[in-house]
Amino acid sequence: MTRSRTTAAALILAVAAAVFIAVRFGSVALSTGDVLDALKGRGDPVKRDIVVGLRLPRALLGVLVGGGLAMAGATFQALLRNPLAEPYILGISGGAAAAAVTVLALGLVSAGSWVLPAAAFGGALLAILLVFRVASAADRSLDVRVLLLAGVVVGAFFSAMIALWFALSEASTVRNAVLWMMGSLAGADWRVVVTAAAYTLPAGIALIALARPLDLLAIGEDTATYLGANVEQVKRLAFGMASLITAAGVAMAGVIGFVGLIVPHAVRLVVGSGHRALLPLSFLAGSAFLVLADVVARLVIAPSEIPIGVVTAFAGVPLFLVLLRASLR
Amino acid sequence: MKLGTDHLTIQYSGAARPALDGVTLSIPAGCLTAVLGPNGSGKSTLLRALLGASRPSTGTATLGDRDVRAWDRRELAQTVGVVSQSETIAFPITVREMVAMGRFPHLGPLRAEGWRDREAVDKALERCDIGDLRNRQVTTLSGGEFQRVRIARALAQEPRALVLDEPTASLDLRHEMSILGLLRDWTDDGMTVLLITHQLNLAARFADRMILLDGGHVAAEGTPSEVFRREILERVYDWPVRVDEDPVTGSLRVVPLS
Repeated sequence: MTRSRTTAAALILAVAAAVFIAVRFGSVALSTGDVLDALKGRGDPVKRDIVVGLRLPRALLGVLVGGGLAMAGATFQALLRNPLAEPYILGISGGAAAAAVTVLALGLVSAGSWVLPAAAFGGALLAILLVFRVASAADRSLDVRVLLLAGVVVGAFFSAMIALWFALSEASTVRNAVLWMMGSLAGADWRVVVTAAAYTLPAGIALIALARPLDLLAIGEDTATYLGANVEQVKRLAFGMASLITAAGVAMAGVIGFVGLIVPHAVRLVVGSGHRALLPLSFLAGSAFLVLADVVARLVIAPSEIPIGVVTAFAGVPLFLVLLRASLR
Repeated sequence: MKLGTDHLTIQYSGAARPALDGVTLSIPAGCLTAVLGPNGSGKSTLLRALLGASRPSTGTATLGDRDVRAWDRRELAQTVGVVSQSETIAFPITVREMVAMGRFPHLGPLRAEGWRDREAVDKALERCDIGDLRNRQVTTLSGGEFQRVRIARALAQEPRALVLDEPTASLDLRHEMSILGLLRDWTDDGMTVLLITHQLNLAARFADRMILLDGGHVAAEGTPSEVFRREILERVYDWPVRVDEDPVTGSLRVVPLS
């Protein structure tokens, strides 16, 4: 437990540092003094706008989405008893992306900045409901093998739909859609941050409350039942909450890969598989990781940006391999 | 804590005949009872029914004086510890963490471990002689050590009954004997133990009572000397046998003939 506490303290500092770096650095050069002035509501109004109106909400969206994805990934891995599981494995990203591409292809996004996230969120919910209905058809219990299979199949269906829209759309639309699908935090403003928080934080707290039953579930459903867990209820809640977090993340920031797969494994290497430590620490690690990835995405070819999903994979793979090797010593 | 069934029938959907067919039996408290029978005779189905994990087609399974399906799951887990046939571990976990899972029925999802819980875990580790392994990763253990960890987890529940499904199936002689010896000791201390096994002779040596299942029916029930009859065993196992007394241990033994 002391190891978890030390890790938690280190990760909280890391998140704070990452948010500071994200606010301090960008295509417009600011000094630390500028940032502090802006946060106090003083100084140059343009710089204040950049700090409070753009960079801070963007960093906080990174905290919520990165943390949420990592936590959802850890939950799906336990629920499906599959180390390869990640937040998008059950077709959520497919549903969100198909809906997003549909509104892009139909030109509906001109109606307002809310259209794309709303459509993506709706598509994600549709995929979740579809997969849930298929997996719980027999005997009113949720069969995780069917859940996995249904998720993959539903995802494939939505992929085909996306491909169809691509074939029918102009090149610029396809480019926009692909960029959206690779993920970006560029859509952040305070309203988006509040919306993301309203989904992610309550669902995240619910998942942490389920931590001990998830420990049992990760061993096996029979074992969990014999140890006194209400397995069906735990599975439904875990699936529902993790899906909701993922759907909110995809809606606000597109499909950011890799965070939900790798961060839980990295955290497990340090503090083990107990979900009472794993879930909150995964949230913190995912937050810090995604906020820093976004800094890189903004700076590499500033003033343009590269998709954040590219950074998470480029930075995350070597990082994970190093951790993995260290754990094998 | 006594267990029993009353005209219990369990029919799996799609199966030609019921897995258990009108079985009535009683498993007395404070005894080591062995459940025997050929493959597919209904042993594991009986175990699942006694634990309330499968729904009877007709009849009931009882724990204490109540229908087992009327028990709250956590209350049930405070009373009966289970060692199922097998478990696969997908994520890294230490021996201590795995055994501490046995405290879930007492702690529930939210309460933190207290001194009472740590004491129960330590005692379970010690009684299974795996205290030295507490910080080891479960995946690095040998088969015998892993079984002891799973039994220790059941003990950490501080149950009044233990139910084990072939706990020694893949173990070598020494590990098998030491686990059966532990079960015998705990029974003598007042635990009710139900043991599914294929080891007829070891069952005759360690068990107080036996239940012999055959095709979903009870072929024989009672003390080893009541169940170990040549004509019964030959009929159930469909193989010629001789029953005699082991000159060294004094218990009954079955010798398959060819």
